Amino acid sequence: MKEIYLDNNATTKVDEAVFEEMRPYFCELYGNPSSMHFFGGQVQQKVDEARRRVAALLGASPDEIIFTACGTESDNAAIRSALEVFPEKRHVITSRVEHPAVLTQCRNLTQKGYRVSEIGVDSEGRLDMEELKAAVDDDTAIVTLMYANNETGVIFPIEEIAAIVKAKGALFHTDAVQAVGKVPINLAASKIDMLSLSGHKLHAPKGIGVLYLRRGTPFRPFLVGGHQEKSRRAGTENAAAIIALGKACELAGQSMTIENTQVKALRDRLQSELMARIPHARINGGAAERLPNTLNIAFEFVEGEAILLLLNELGICASSGSACTSGSLEPSHVLRAMGVPFTCAHGSIRFSLSRYTTDAEIDTVIRELPPIIAHLRQMSPFGREFLKEQ
Amino acid sequence: MWDYTPTVKEHFLNPRNVGDIPDADAVGEVGSLACGDALKLYLKLDDNKDKIVDAKFQTFGCASAIASSSALTEMVKGKTLDEALAISNQDIAEFLGGLPEEKMHCSVMGQEALEVAIAKYRGHEVKPHDHDHDHGPAYPDQEGTIVCKCFGITDVFLKKVIETNKLTTAEQVTHFTKAGGGCGGCIPRIKELIAEVMGNQQPEEPRKRPEKLSNMKKMQMIQEVLERDIRPLLWADGGDLELIDIDGPKVQVAFRKACAGCASSGYTSRVVEQKLRDLVAEDIVVEEVTA
Repeated sequence: MKEIYLDNNATTKVDEAVFEEMRPYFCELYGNPSSMHFFGGQVQQKVDEARRRVAALLGASPDEIIFTACGTESDNAAIRSALEVFPEKRHVITSRVEHPAVLTQCRNLTQKGYRVSEIGVDSEGRLDMEELKAAVDDDTAIVTLMYANNETGVIFPIEEIAAIVKAKGALFHTDAVQAVGKVPINLAASKIDMLSLSGHKLHAPKGIGVLYLRRGTPFRPFLVGGHQEKSRRAGTENAAAIIALGKACELAGQSMTIENTQVKALRDRLQSELMARIPHARINGGAAERLPNTLNIAFEFVEGEAILLLLNELGICASSGSACTSGSLEPSHVLRAMGVPFTCAHGSIRFSLSRYTTDAEIDTVIRELPPIIAHLRQMSPFGREFLKEQ
Repeated sequence: MWDYTPTVKEHFLNPRNVGDIPDADAVGEVGSLACGDALKLYLKLDDNKDKIVDAKFQTFGCASAIASSSALTEMVKGKTLDEALAISNQDIAEFLGGLPEEKMHCSVMGQEALEVAIAKYRGHEVKPHDHDHDHGPAYPDQEGTIVCKCFGITDVFLKKVIETNKLTTAEQVTHFTKAGGGCGGCIPRIKELIAEVMGNQQPEEPRKRPEKLSNMKKMQMIQEVLERDIRPLLWADGGDLELIDIDGPKVQVAFRKACAGCASSGYTSRVVEQKLRDLVAEDIVVEEVTA
């Protein structure tokens, strides 16, 4: 059975061209980019090329790109740095719907005596801008808010936010792990100070990330040691993965239009067909501006893990914000922050597409999912009451 | 991905006895939409009103909740009501070839629904769900006080599950009952309940320090006190300790799990020392080693 992979916000397939680009840098061209000899030097040249390619996708300059091991490292480095740069400032702002890579660190800071404001969202997952404006003050060291939400795909108005934050003199960081490659970003015309991205979300391998650091932004490194990355991130470069990420960013630039036309059309068709065929369903974040590839859809009276496992039997890979999937007992913090009613929070499923998703795959889901929901509703005491009413 | 046994998968994909029994003798309902799982169990008795001749269920929940319900209906058929009441949540889990610990609450839900159905049939008062999150009127006749407000779980119910499943940490209690899995505010109370249950299991005759001890006897007593009195307390906090050496009055211990590197391990050493002084010998000195 060929899998139908609709979980691209979790991770993506490495593009064949990306893999070819990195392949020689394991067994043949394995030199250390820092070495004096040509054998290492030629790797350095490819790393430099990758840095230019990443910078080009973001509208940044190459010296603003710091390679890290993952999005989480970039997030951690950005927040820690801001606190070291402004030791007198004791306030951090984030949102209630951040990825754990940011949220866990911020919550840990409260135990170290920091004030942490978690800005709320409305029922569509849109940031409460008034709450943000009221929260930023002279004591704020850093504001860290995601570009786009991993669960719902909801996009925050990042430039508007950056302007508010910069007016108060705080640093602004955005976790753009889900956004890069899916929506155009031009940092040259932006007020963002720091931005995190992760390779494996855009068809590069796992284990490579980037922290964009605007030129002139004060910075204290998270990892210290050698002089790599201009002493901003010590440790021998993961050269093969960096080279792969460079290629992936080049391809992402070329397929940005595809993401926003072809992929978006598939997502929209999946959404409208499922809504037409399955009663008592709702789109989480449906009225907000969203990533073109993400669909978070909730089905009342049924539980998400059961849906996922039945889809899995058909080779369809998706994910869920339900409690049972993660082993936690409450539905996802994102859906709870949005106030999604319990009746459907437990039955929320995320489909995330990519440029590899085909028409036929979407057809299969449109055909297979309605009977799965009907089967589970037939089994559920709440679903049966609802079916009786029909 | 959960590591479900083939039996769990089989009962999830092909659940037995889904549906309802319009003229059921006993019906038990637990859980709610808010909780994330719910089970409605129907039982039909024979003409003597003693033996269960049919059972059906409806479940809202994850794969293991559906599989546990399916297993339960298969297990109770042909049993008398008293035999059915003897089914524990471990029996349900065993029938399925085991459940991941995080999913044990699914087997508890099955056992609970069975208990509620039979209690109601026998004319006991079962409190209706008056709370969105209500879960588990497992002891219908005993009121109990709500411990976990997020999931509406009472102390009476928790103590029963702690006792029958021999749970020693708050985390386990969460896996088995969900209590403590929401805001986490009740975790200290859950730890107290664990300690209470453990205390009950070891009825304490007042113990006194003996007058004189041989070295051998003393070493033996130190070990006993650590096993009986100290380690269960540490387990309740997710910690543990190991006896490394006894050299005259010097007792060397190493803290493990949550206790290892814990900032208050110095305090814990003093508590251990006091207990050993009270029960074994006055001159005992406890030293923490990091081996």
